[in-house]
Amino acid sequence: MALSTPASDTSVPAPGGPVPGALTWARGESQGSSLWRDAWRRLVRNKLAVVGGLTVIVLCLVAIFADFLAPYPYTKANFGAIYEFPSRTYLLGTDQLGRDVLSRLIYGARVSMLVGLGAQVIVVLIGVPIGLVSGYLGGRVDLFLTRFVDVMYAFPQLLFVILVMSMLGAGLMNIFIAIGFTGWVGIARQTRAQVLSIKETEFVEGARALGAGFFRQVTRHILPSALTPIVVSVTFGIPQAIFTEAALSFIGVGINPPTPSWGQMVGENQQFLRSYWYLCVFPSIAIAITMLSFTFFGDGLRDALDPKMK
Amino acid sequence: MVRYTVYRLLWLVPTVVAMALVTFVVMHATPGSPLDPIAEGANPLSPEAQKNLAAAYGLDKPLWEQFGIFIVKALHGDFGQSFVYKTRTVGEILVETFPISLFLGSMALAIAVTGGIALGVLAAVYQNRSWDYLCVSMATLGVSVPNFVLAVFLIVLFSFVIPLFPTGGWGSPQDWVLPAVTLALGPLGIIARFTRSSMVEVIRSDYIRTARAKGLAEQPVILKHVFKNALIPVVTLLGPLFAAVGTGSFFVESIFRVPGMGRFFVLSMTGRDYPMIMAVVLIYGVFLALMNLLVDLTYGFIDPRIRY
Repeated sequence: MALSTPASDTSVPAPGGPVPGALTWARGESQGSSLWRDAWRRLVRNKLAVVGGLTVIVLCLVAIFADFLAPYPYTKANFGAIYEFPSRTYLLGTDQLGRDVLSRLIYGARVSMLVGLGAQVIVVLIGVPIGLVSGYLGGRVDLFLTRFVDVMYAFPQLLFVILVMSMLGAGLMNIFIAIGFTGWVGIARQTRAQVLSIKETEFVEGARALGAGFFRQVTRHILPSALTPIVVSVTFGIPQAIFTEAALSFIGVGINPPTPSWGQMVGENQQFLRSYWYLCVFPSIAIAITMLSFTFFGDGLRDALDPKMK
Repeated sequence: MVRYTVYRLLWLVPTVVAMALVTFVVMHATPGSPLDPIAEGANPLSPEAQKNLAAAYGLDKPLWEQFGIFIVKALHGDFGQSFVYKTRTVGEILVETFPISLFLGSMALAIAVTGGIALGVLAAVYQNRSWDYLCVSMATLGVSVPNFVLAVFLIVLFSFVIPLFPTGGWGSPQDWVLPAVTLALGPLGIIARFTRSSMVEVIRSDYIRTARAKGLAEQPVILKHVFKNALIPVVTLLGPLFAAVGTGSFFVESIFRVPGMGRFFVLSMTGRDYPMIMAVVLIYGVFLALMNLLVDLTYGFIDPRIRY
């Protein structure tokens, strides 16, 4: 992209005429590195981010292939072996109904990953358009939307999610809706801030001058430039959603039993921590690992896309 | 300054009314009613009894009137009778439990501020070296891992493996340690990460290069020049963080059996305790707004570049 000046900067080539050095440096520059390729290179150099990313991939695979990986079905009770300590038959022990904790953990990954990704889809679908419209149109629409966002911000988020959950009832689909309904605020605010600065830039003004309408300006010019912070915000939103699901299930208004969820396993067995610590500790470790990997990966992605800080 | 404060306080009124309205609407849109029996599957009350109860609690009036009555009464400091704890008013319950949560939250915030700033400074001074990675990893642990998971780990470590602290209760100062630390780890991570990036930014600025160029030793550069300037943005975090930990956490309080108000954030909701829901949401909102105002005012003091 940048014109690298040849070492001997003696003559300015005449326009159109044959230029001696031109061919060589033109070839050198043709392999220009794009923003994404640069970012990728920075990302893979960050060890924590790579470890986080790989763990996320493993977790996704576990979630997808849970049926093949789990040694027992997650509902299979064995009343002859309740509260069993980890052994060779039950690697991580059994719970109050004699169900295999390992199998339930593996199926729990499915819930966590689904909630993390599914809720973010809803968040993006609600938040980004609102941010775009609010930032682009400005004026009264913007004032109304920002005020509304401010009020939403003042709510204790978990409390609001619980309110919505008790309105809709427990269940996976309703968790998507509840998190989406309350979680779009942050991403809307971020998109709006991006649009405010991008819509004043010359290339958007150029597009406007050439007669591009609202839709074309937004989809072809503004949105691609605003993409980086949105991507980063989504990466951080995923563990946030997983956290919310775990918290809801801990309370008992999240995933309906017998479907296992890590938060539910911690919540149900938290009273028996002294006697049956393994029932609580293994799902806790699963939650901690998931949250840490997503956060490390998100941190790395942010640093890679916005290398000013580091 | 005074004008600004008054302006901000006046803005508080519509914000709080809007919050009350949203909560009120969502609350009443939720299926089920406080007149339903508490036990699951129990026979419903007879229609006459339901009618009498509704009249006693004012639930028979049209919704807009109920909302109006609530606002007027709340302005007089009367949040009504709790639907779940039938013999007590919401005010009585909160006067008893809020101070406990506030106390626990203050301890947690103190731990978070000292620990977080220390970690953040260490990480920034040893940027991209092993100290940095250690501090950032610890901070990330606090930020990303839910506090009920941290609570499980801390209990297993410091009550079972090394029996230093009790697993729960709220009698002696020994009981305060684990809940306060659990509650502190999240804010601590946030503060540490914020301090680090703010320090890194200041360390790269021109006036720090000047300070070093004139031969100042590393320690006074960091302590006198970087630290003071880097801390200013960190102050903005304290408002929302204190509002979050000062009003109590359901998880920490229920796991460690702390008699604070955190549990009402969840129990009032599942028990359809309408007066309690309204009170809890409003306390949180007002507390958050006041803390933010306080932070903004302090900000003007510590950073003279800011004018209102």
